[in-house]
Amino acid sequence: MSEGPVLILGARSDIGMAVAHTYAALGHPIQLAARNAQDLEKAKTDLEIRHQVSVTLHEFDVVDLDSHDGFVETLPASPEIVVCAVGLLGQQENDEQDANAAVLVMRSNFEGPANILGALANRFERRGSGTLVGISSVAGERGRATNYIYGSAKAGFTAFLSGLRNRMAKKGVHVVTVLPGFVDTKMTQELDLPEKLTAQPSEVADAIERAVRKKKNIVYVKPIWAIVMFVIKAIPEAIFKRMRI
Amino acid sequence: MKLSGWGNHPVEDCNVQKPRDKAALKDAVIASSAIARGNGRAYGDSALSRTNTIDMRSFNHMLGFDPETGQLIAEAGVLLSDVISAFLPQGWFPAVTPGTRFVTLGGMVAADVHGKNHHIDGSFGSFVDWLDVVGTDGEVTRCSRTENSELFEWTIGGMGLTGVIIRVACRLRPVETGWIRQTTHAAPNLDAAIDLFEEALDATYSVAWIDCLSKGENMGRSLVMLGEHASHSEIPEKCRATPYPTVAKQKLNVPFNLPGFCLNRYSVRAFNALYYWNGSRSDRTSYVNWNSYFYPLDSIQNWNRIYGRKGLAQFQCVIPLDQARTGLNDMLTEISEAGQGSFLAVLKRFGVQESRFSFPMEGYTLALDFPVSEKSIALVSKLGQMTADYAGRVYLAKDSCLAAQDLKDMDEVRVANFSAMRERTGVNKQFSSMQSERLML
Repeated sequence: MSEGPVLILGARSDIGMAVAHTYAALGHPIQLAARNAQDLEKAKTDLEIRHQVSVTLHEFDVVDLDSHDGFVETLPASPEIVVCAVGLLGQQENDEQDANAAVLVMRSNFEGPANILGALANRFERRGSGTLVGISSVAGERGRATNYIYGSAKAGFTAFLSGLRNRMAKKGVHVVTVLPGFVDTKMTQELDLPEKLTAQPSEVADAIERAVRKKKNIVYVKPIWAIVMFVIKAIPEAIFKRMRI
Repeated sequence: MKLSGWGNHPVEDCNVQKPRDKAALKDAVIASSAIARGNGRAYGDSALSRTNTIDMRSFNHMLGFDPETGQLIAEAGVLLSDVISAFLPQGWFPAVTPGTRFVTLGGMVAADVHGKNHHIDGSFGSFVDWLDVVGTDGEVTRCSRTENSELFEWTIGGMGLTGVIIRVACRLRPVETGWIRQTTHAAPNLDAAIDLFEEALDATYSVAWIDCLSKGENMGRSLVMLGEHASHSEIPEKCRATPYPTVAKQKLNVPFNLPGFCLNRYSVRAFNALYYWNGSRSDRTSYVNWNSYFYPLDSIQNWNRIYGRKGLAQFQCVIPLDQARTGLNDMLTEISEAGQGSFLAVLKRFGVQESRFSFPMEGYTLALDFPVSEKSIALVSKLGQMTADYAGRVYLAKDSCLAAQDLKDMDEVRVANFSAMRERTGVNKQFSSMQSERLML
């Protein structure tokens, strides 16, 4: 049985790499897309040795919107599944004072990912099949003082994915929104994360594979996060604005 | 953070760094006196440093494989379990494997691990072609039997004390299936067990479970288990559908430390009697899959927690061949009189091994574990002294309480040479573990 290719956008991220391993283990050819893609040669070899699948590297810059169409054209095969693991956490306190930095966070988490998934969605729509997975964030569920620049961009991305899913629902194309919560990755290595709420990248990857297979729409990786966010969203704004969370 | 070896004893507050690339590793190494840590399967304090423990698990890429020679090149943080997952379906198996597959290749080199085939194939080091080692300056040196051979020889079995192993080239063995043909032989006492081992020197794998609580004429009663890689044509019909069986995800787990009283001389004695009776009903041949043959405990996550919160003290020694019967007899007498139930007690014949600082030597090795208590620590110390009396050795990957003097008594020349090498090359200033400090290496 030959499995369809899986394209990973933001392949250098820990979650992106974990997703690559999960699908490679199932026999899918893997397309790794990232900036400075040639640096991923070691990861490519590792995937090929471990899983006996073909792996290709593709130069991709999410904020360079003009390059997106060309990027899609140069893929060796049209992917069956696309996982967008692109993300930039930024530094909230710094970014509040630095417009360029703030805009980069917004473009990296919303504009770029939305544009590339939109471009791929148009092709999937014509083909009438495919799955698009967007890794958004629980930070997009409600803006908080400590990370609202990142959070607002993720909120935009979540809304975009929701709309795209709605548009594609009758076209044979499925869209999955993943809200991982805390994940133990390079992005969060400076943060002191609570163990029970923190997932490993491999858990996120397994959750994504399951969600794609079962055609889930919105998935939290750890179920506890659905409860946490339900509570956080239920707090009245008058109280919420005084809280430090 | 609080850190310990697999024995959960001792537990220490350690400063841990987890570098992700070569540059970060260099910074980590030169920061202060350091020890590399793999997957934390050494039992005691071999991979603990209060000031600078370097977690190597981000170095987990496989870099190349040559199907002509079976040579795998991989970063040191790659787990043996991943090697098996990747290569068994292609007909390759580790040439030497310890009793758990959740070890890193770097850890396997550092402890120069042995398996049930030591009497024929020697230790893991025999299958290592070359190593890349990060030295005191943070730079990488490649070493092999012909290139920087001193570094190579000291690093195998050097417990991470010659530098940080970053890449390993080692050979796998071709296998026709993932099944093992196992035969079990009952030995009513120690002498009979040793006789069985001596008769079975041609068997690829041999190991014995030994009952350490039985006394008198039953002392040292054992089940000697021999194994061979099964060929495709010999495996039973039902195994042929899966010549390379895979492991299901771990289901059994010990979610928390059991109360310390669960393992005592009565429960262990009852278990031992039942296990021996079951194994001795007849000499049997069966086909078992590689996972339950080599890694029976791996199927229970966190099995170390059955020893309770205080943890377990492991002890493993080897007694030279000519002293083995007398030495083991004395040790078993000591153990059964102390009444300290060792739940897992293993006896194994070692073959000849020439190496600088590795544990194995020709003779018999005895491995035991005890729940940590004042009495069991005293027993382990006593067994350490007895090992010295019989000119044997203790396995540092399992040790957490040997005294520096006892190590010296066992192995005066080798220990002195090791320390002298550390001094001469300056690695003693840059690489040390709590164990090396305790043992004054």
